[in-house]
Amino acid sequence: MKRLTDERTKILFEKLAKYIGTNVQQLIDRPDGTYCFREHKDRVYYVSERILKLSECFGYKQLVCVGTCFGKFSKTNKLKFHITALYYLAPYAQYKVWVKPSFEQQFLYGNHIPKSGLGRITENAGQYQGVVVFSMNDLALGFGVLARSTTECKTADPLTTVCFHQSDIGEYIRAEDTLF
Amino acid sequence: MGRKAEYSEKQKKGPGRKARKQGPPKFPKKSFAPLDDEDKRLSHRQKQRVAKREQKKVVQKAKSKDKRAQQPRKQKEYHSESDSEPEAQRPAESSDEEVPQLVPIKKQKSNGFTDDNKDWLKLKSKLQQKTRKQQLDELEEEQESDNEFEDDSDEEVENDEAYDETDGEEEQSIDEDNEAQVGKLEDLFDEDDEDQETDENENDDDDDDDDDDDDDEDEDNDDDDDTLPIERANKKLKKRQEQDDKLAQEEMQMSIDQSEVFRLPEPGEDADKELSLQDVQQRIKDIIQVLSDFGKYRQEGRSRSEYVDQLRLDLCLYYSYNEFLMSKLMDIFKLSDLMEYLEASEVARPLTIRTNSLKTRRRDLAGALINRGVNLDPLGKWTNVGLVIFNSTVPLGATPEYLAGHYMIQGASSMLPVIALAPQENERILDMCSAPGGKGSHIAAVMKNTGVLFANDANRDRIKAVVANFHRLGIVNAIVSCEDATKFRNIMTGFDRVLLDAPCTGTGVVSKDPSVKTTKSEIDVQRCYNLQRKLLLTAIDCVDAKSSTGGYVVYSTCSVLPEENEWVIDYALKKRNVKLVPLGIDFGEPGFTKFRQHRYHPSLNLCRRFYPHTNNMDGFFVAKLKKFSNTIPITKEQQEADEKQLDEALASDQTESNDAETKAAEAVEVTEGRRKALGKRAGKPSLTDVEHDLKKKKLEQSKTKYIAKVFEKPIKVSSKSKPERTLPVSEEKEEKTSAASSKVQSKQPTPQSNGNKKQKPSKNEEQSPPQKNGQKAKPTSKIAKKLSQAPRVDIDELPLLEGKPIKKENKLKNKSKQLGQLKKSKKSADSKSKQRFKK
Repeated sequence: MKRLTDERTKILFEKLAKYIGTNVQQLIDRPDGTYCFREHKDRVYYVSERILKLSECFGYKQLVCVGTCFGKFSKTNKLKFHITALYYLAPYAQYKVWVKPSFEQQFLYGNHIPKSGLGRITENAGQYQGVVVFSMNDLALGFGVLARSTTECKTADPLTTVCFHQSDIGEYIRAEDTLF
Repeated sequence: MGRKAEYSEKQKKGPGRKARKQGPPKFPKKSFAPLDDEDKRLSHRQKQRVAKREQKKVVQKAKSKDKRAQQPRKQKEYHSESDSEPEAQRPAESSDEEVPQLVPIKKQKSNGFTDDNKDWLKLKSKLQQKTRKQQLDELEEEQESDNEFEDDSDEEVENDEAYDETDGEEEQSIDEDNEAQVGKLEDLFDEDDEDQETDENENDDDDDDDDDDDDDEDEDNDDDDDTLPIERANKKLKKRQEQDDKLAQEEMQMSIDQSEVFRLPEPGEDADKELSLQDVQQRIKDIIQVLSDFGKYRQEGRSRSEYVDQLRLDLCLYYSYNEFLMSKLMDIFKLSDLMEYLEASEVARPLTIRTNSLKTRRRDLAGALINRGVNLDPLGKWTNVGLVIFNSTVPLGATPEYLAGHYMIQGASSMLPVIALAPQENERILDMCSAPGGKGSHIAAVMKNTGVLFANDANRDRIKAVVANFHRLGIVNAIVSCEDATKFRNIMTGFDRVLLDAPCTGTGVVSKDPSVKTTKSEIDVQRCYNLQRKLLLTAIDCVDAKSSTGGYVVYSTCSVLPEENEWVIDYALKKRNVKLVPLGIDFGEPGFTKFRQHRYHPSLNLCRRFYPHTNNMDGFFVAKLKKFSNTIPITKEQQEADEKQLDEALASDQTESNDAETKAAEAVEVTEGRRKALGKRAGKPSLTDVEHDLKKKKLEQSKTKYIAKVFEKPIKVSSKSKPERTLPVSEEKEEKTSAASSKVQSKQPTPQSNGNKKQKPSKNEEQSPPQKNGQKAKPTSKIAKKLSQAPRVDIDELPLLEGKPIKKENKLKNKSKQLGQLKKSKKSADSKSKQRFKK
């Protein structure tokens, strides 16, 4: 567990801001103790300081995971969020997309969301805005990036993609080996 | 919503307006009046029969008196004769009871009638004056007394029937007839004593029966005025039924008597003939019957152990267990329980899920799943998060709810240890062997994501499942580590609670993994309990006894063997300052305090065992220990000695099995690729064929390694190791002389060894052996000597020349330079020979 470098910290917060905007602050100033971001084997973990201290007993190799994994830095220093970050992204998300029940399953298999699968969408979302995807009964299914702004979505024909798939909870099963 | 019925207001009970009460009995008057024209009504034949009957009655009475004198003695005989004819014995007993009552009646008998009517009635013996009605009544009584025998005549029954009777006299006469009948039955049983008598009596019976039939009809005609035709028909039917019953019972009795005693097959008999499973099953049943009452059903000259051995063999065959495990199970269970357990182990337990209380509530989850077409129910009163799934139209391991972490697929038994552990908020809790994270996530859920949960597992492949499950279920207070759990006390201590779900042979989850039935042996059990003891001691050391809220260790296994459960706990009780405390679970069977020759601590009955046949969950064992002092009662030397003993038992097979396992995992990954089954179940991983192969091989190897002695550390067997260790040396000498040819030789064994040890793609074959050589074989002369002296692992099963040949090869490369000339000369010879082959 080591601190993130300044550069990586910047990348992380930029990325976070894409999905949850100003709510980033709520992740850091928490009433229930100090929480911090730490890096372990290129993965970014978000964990309470209290737990972090206890984790210091373990060796580098033996320690597998502490708290919640947000994502992984690639070799080119790009941060990719894992589906595990959804636990914190979903409640703080500013822009949301709801998919129809008929499309739920398809999204969970990694497909982009076409207009026909779109159930609801937050107003005023611009193009390439990071969004969290929900099912119609408010179950967080994953996150992605809008391909069209909200206004464009209204006029688009049913087959055009309105939201690019980035990550979905199906990955817990599909990508268990590579994620962790 | 429809109208709701008022169920609370109940209808009045008791006789309704229309219910008819039975009035007092009415006696037809004419039955009391003497009838003159009785003779006219009787046909000639009837008269003859009546005369004959009367005669016989007189004779019988005389006999029955004699018999009554003999009765007590005979009764004893019946009892001593064991209850081979339980049906038949009962009437005799009942008659015995009646004897004292009968004494006054007998006196009356001389008069023949009750006080009411004796003034105008004549004695029975005077045949001419006897009224027809009486006669008929008597016939009826006879019939009914017969029936009474079938109905296990008690006095109650008699009384009941007496109600039905229309005549006052009859209560007496029934008794009287009973006596007569008793006499007959006795005769039947005591054939040896009174052959002649019985013959006569039997004849009597036959005649009587005939008479009855005729007379019954007559009587029916007589009663025309009183009874409706349907009632008559009913009576007739009843009588016929009774007779049928009687016949059936007799027949059954006969068949029981005739059925021969089960014959135990001779030792060599099975080999000759083909046995179908039905035969085996029948034999199992038979043997169990024999064993249920050994004295009665046994075959002469066969001991109980012979029966038990045969039973074990048959059970092994029928349920495909190996003999070791079956004999263990036979030790644990009573016969009846054993059969239930084996049957229950064949069927899968119902699928159960645990609601993740961090994300949802059980009711909400149930609603969501029902909407998806799942049929479910709450699991039981003991848990408020469990649901049992009856059937489902969707795969439960891939529903959006599952992926969103609303539930975990988990056996009912896996929830018990956590319930027993009873985690509190803000505690520091350790789950020592956590993969795949079912129990760990349950703990975190109970703690409501407060405090710290340490989830540890030694297996790096399985730890991924823990991480995935924890993230899916939204657990943020966990530290997941991959340490050797036995060394955890060096890393961190001072936990409030520790859950140790120890690795075990898995004999309780046979329904999940049937390979357990055949693969487990004494050595596996031994290996397991050594590891378990070590883990449990470590777990206890990790707990802080001074913790304000806790200081508890919960130990659980999915095995039913006492070696892995009670014995391990007993060991810990001796070695550490811990005591057993109640689990807080009110079902399950108490743990054993004694098992065969072992006597465990009496408090071990506070543990709980769970069985498939009683609790409908996997076979499971849970014990809860409270640590009351941090000091260790034994000295450091002792402790080290213990550690050493446990280590030695474990180490030797682990070093070998470890690399085999890792390589196996690699091999599996290579062959299987990234295939991933949806809806992985918590619990034991499903084994692939490759792993099965490996298991088998490991088993074979380990079998020869030790002679397993219970309660002692395994003894390493030395034999044969010497010649094989020395073999390469002698070969080396040869190789010096003929390098080229030996090269070929030395290359040969390596692929063999690989082939023996594991099946792998050829690419691995080339890489792995040299690594091994580096670690293991450095054949300096000293070590060779040591090896030859020290008792060593039996190499029979190990591949020949394991590791050495390639080393030699390397050496040979150097030597080949020195022996270049020699080689050249040989080469020419070789090339010549090759040419020869080409030709």
